[in-house]
Amino acid sequence: MNSDDALRVLATMERIRHFEERVARLKLAGEVFGLIHVSVGQEGVAAGTCTQLRDDDAVYSGHRAHGHALAKGAPMNRVMAELMGRETGLCRGMGGSMHLVDVEHGFLGATGVVGGNVPMALGSALASRLRGEDSVAVVFFGDGAAQGGHVLETFNLASLWQLPLILVCENNGFAEFTPRSAHTVVERVSDAVAPYDFARETVDGNDVRAVWSSFGGFLERARTGEGPFLLECLTHRLSGHYVGDPAAYREALAADEWRKLDPIVRLRTSLIEDGTLDEAAADAIAAEAIAEVEAAETFGRDSAYPPESLTAEVAYA
Amino acid sequence: MSRELPYIAAIDEAIHQEMARDETVLYYGQNLATVENAPFVSDFGADRVRVTPISETAEIGMAVGAAMAGLRPVVELYMAEFMLVAMDQVTNEAPRMRAMSGGQVKVPLVLKAGYGFAAGWAGQHTGVITNMFLGVPGLKVVAPATPADAKGLMATAIRDDDPVVFLHHYLLTLVHGDVPEGEYLVPFGQASVRRTGGDVTLVATGWMVDRALAAAELLAGEGIEAEVIDPRTLAPLDMPTILSSVEKTGRLVLVDQAPRHSAVSGVIAGEVAEHGFGLLKAPIVQVTALDATVPYSEPLEAHVLPDEDRIASAVRSVLGTAPVAA
Ligand SMILES: Cc1ncc(C[n+]2csc(CCOP(=O)(O)OP(=O)(O)O)c2C)c(N)n1
Ligand SMILES: [Mg+2]
Repeated sequence: MNSDDALRVLATMERIRHFEERVARLKLAGEVFGLIHVSVGQEGVAAGTCTQLRDDDAVYSGHRAHGHALAKGAPMNRVMAELMGRETGLCRGMGGSMHLVDVEHGFLGATGVVGGNVPMALGSALASRLRGEDSVAVVFFGDGAAQGGHVLETFNLASLWQLPLILVCENNGFAEFTPRSAHTVVERVSDAVAPYDFARETVDGNDVRAVWSSFGGFLERARTGEGPFLLECLTHRLSGHYVGDPAAYREALAADEWRKLDPIVRLRTSLIEDGTLDEAAADAIAAEAIAEVEAAETFGRDSAYPPESLTAEVAYA
Repeated sequence: MSRELPYIAAIDEAIHQEMARDETVLYYGQNLATVENAPFVSDFGADRVRVTPISETAEIGMAVGAAMAGLRPVVELYMAEFMLVAMDQVTNEAPRMRAMSGGQVKVPLVLKAGYGFAAGWAGQHTGVITNMFLGVPGLKVVAPATPADAKGLMATAIRDDDPVVFLHHYLLTLVHGDVPEGEYLVPFGQASVRRTGGDVTLVATGWMVDRALAAAELLAGEGIEAEVIDPRTLAPLDMPTILSSVEKTGRLVLVDQAPRHSAVSGVIAGEVAEHGFGLLKAPIVQVTALDATVPYSEPLEAHVLPDEDRIASAVRSVLGTAPVAA
C-alpha cells in the first residue's frame, strides 16, 4: 500500500464511519426506517478491499452492507437517499439498508437473509470465466454465516471449478448476540475451507495494511483466472448488532481495548508517524467526510418519495 | 383468572408451561440460550434449551428426526422468511413423513416464526408467506391475533402430533391483552367471532384483525354493522363458522396482508363460492396486499398493504352504498 493508496483508504474509512454514525442518528430520529446494521469498527475490511476493485468486479454483501457499497463506489448521496426511502436512492427506495444494489459500480448487492449472497457470487465468477474476462467476484459474509449449508456448498463448488472468487469473511466473533464459540468448534473460518483446494489467510482485519496486502495478493492471482480464495479478517463491531441494540451481552468484551484497535485510529496514527500526514491534514480528511455526509443528508431530505406506480413497474422485467 | 400480558410474553408463557408439563418438549434456536432468554435455561437446563448456529436446514431437519424419535421440539426461527432456507425440511420432510410411512410415524414439532413486519423491514423481512405452508397438506398453520390466542394456540401446537407452523405477527409483539393464567388451550380449527353484526362478514387474520375491527367501528358510524371473524388457524380452517355468518349477512369481504394471489382469502373465497353461493347477495371482495415485493420506502409500503379505509370502502361497495367517486 503506497501513500496515495493509504490516503484513499483512510478517506474511505472516514466516509463510512461518519456516514454510519449519521445513519444511526437518523434512524433513532425516525428519518431512516426499518432494521439498520452499522459496521462501526469494521471499516478496515471494506476499505482495504473494495478500493482495489474496478467497476466490472462484482461485490456481494449481506445485512451490514453500507460500508461495502460506499467503498465499491456507490455515491453517498444516493445511499443516504435510499435509506431515507427516496426516489433518488440507489434502488429508488425499494430496497433499503439490507438490499442495496448499484449495478453501475459493480455492487450487485446486499441481501438480508444470512448467507444468501454467498452462492450468488459464484454466478458472477462463472460469468467472468465464461466471457474470458479478468474481472473477479468478491463476497463479504460474517462468521455467523459460515455455519450455513449454502455457504459450505459454495466453498465446494468454487474450488471444484476453480472460479475467480474471493470470499471475504468478517469475523467479528458474534452472530447477533451469540459468540462464535456457541456456534462451532472451528475457531477460524479459514480452517473451514481447509479440506478444499483454497488459498486462505487470516489477518488482523483492523490492520488495514494487512487487509490490503493479503487481498491485493489474492486479487492479482484471481485476475489471471486463479481461484477461489478466502480472506478471513478478524475484527470487532464497536456498536450493537443493529441500531438500538442495548448490547447487554457485550459487557465482557473490553470495548476500551478494541477502541485502541480502531482501524481508523491505527492508520491515521501510522500515517502521521511516517510523515505522510500531519494532524491538520488528517483532520481535514475527516472534515471532508463529514461535509459529504451532511450534503448527502440534505440531498436525501430534499428528494421526493417514489411514486406508487414504482412497485408495479419493478415487479417483472 | 387472567391478567394483561404482551402477545410475545403470552407465547413464552405457553412454551414455559408446556416444558414444565412435558419433559420431552425441547426449545432451540439462534440466540436462544444466551443471556436474553436465561430464564428458560435456568428452569429447564441447557439440554432442553439450546442455542443453534445459523443453520436452518440442520435446525429444522433435526426437529423432524427428534420428533420421530419421540421428542417435541419447538424451533425458534425469528422470521418466517428464514424458514425458506430450509424449505425441503419444512415442506418435503416434516409434513410428508406421516403420510408416506403409512401412518407409522408422527412428527410433533412447532416451527415458531414471526411474520408481516411492515415497519420498513423491506423485501425479505415483512412477507406474509402463509400460503407457502398452506399449500402443503400435513402442515398445520396457526396465526394468532391476540395475546390470549397466542398462548392457547402455542400450547395446543406443542401438544399436537403434527408439524405446526406457528406464525406470530411481528407488529403485535408488544400489544397487551388479557391472558388466562395456568393451563390454557385454544383448539385448532375454531374461528373466533370478534364482533357481531348482520350486514356484512369480514374475515381477517393476524394484524389485519385489528384493521378490520377499526373499519367496523368506522362503518358502525354509518349505520353498517359488520361481523368480524378471525379464523385463528388457517390449516385446519373453520369454514362452518364463516359460512354461517355469511348465511346471516349475505355479504363477504376478506382481508389479508398477503399478496393477492397468495392470500388465504383466495382459499376462503373458493370455499364460499362453492358451498355458500346461494347465500350471497353480492360478489365476494378481497382486500389484500398488492402482488408486489414489500417496498422499503414508508409511503410505498403503505401503498401495497391493506388498511381500514380500503376495508371500509370494500364493505360499502358490497352493500351498494359506495359514495360516488369525486
Ligand atoms: C437465514 C437467516 N437466519 C437468521 C437471520 C437473522 N440474523 C440476521 S444477522 C444474523 C447474524 C449474522 O452474523 P454474522 O454472519 O457473523 O454477521 P455480523 O452480524 O456479525 O456482521 C442473524 C442470525 C437471517 N437474517 N437470515
Ligand atoms: Mg459476526
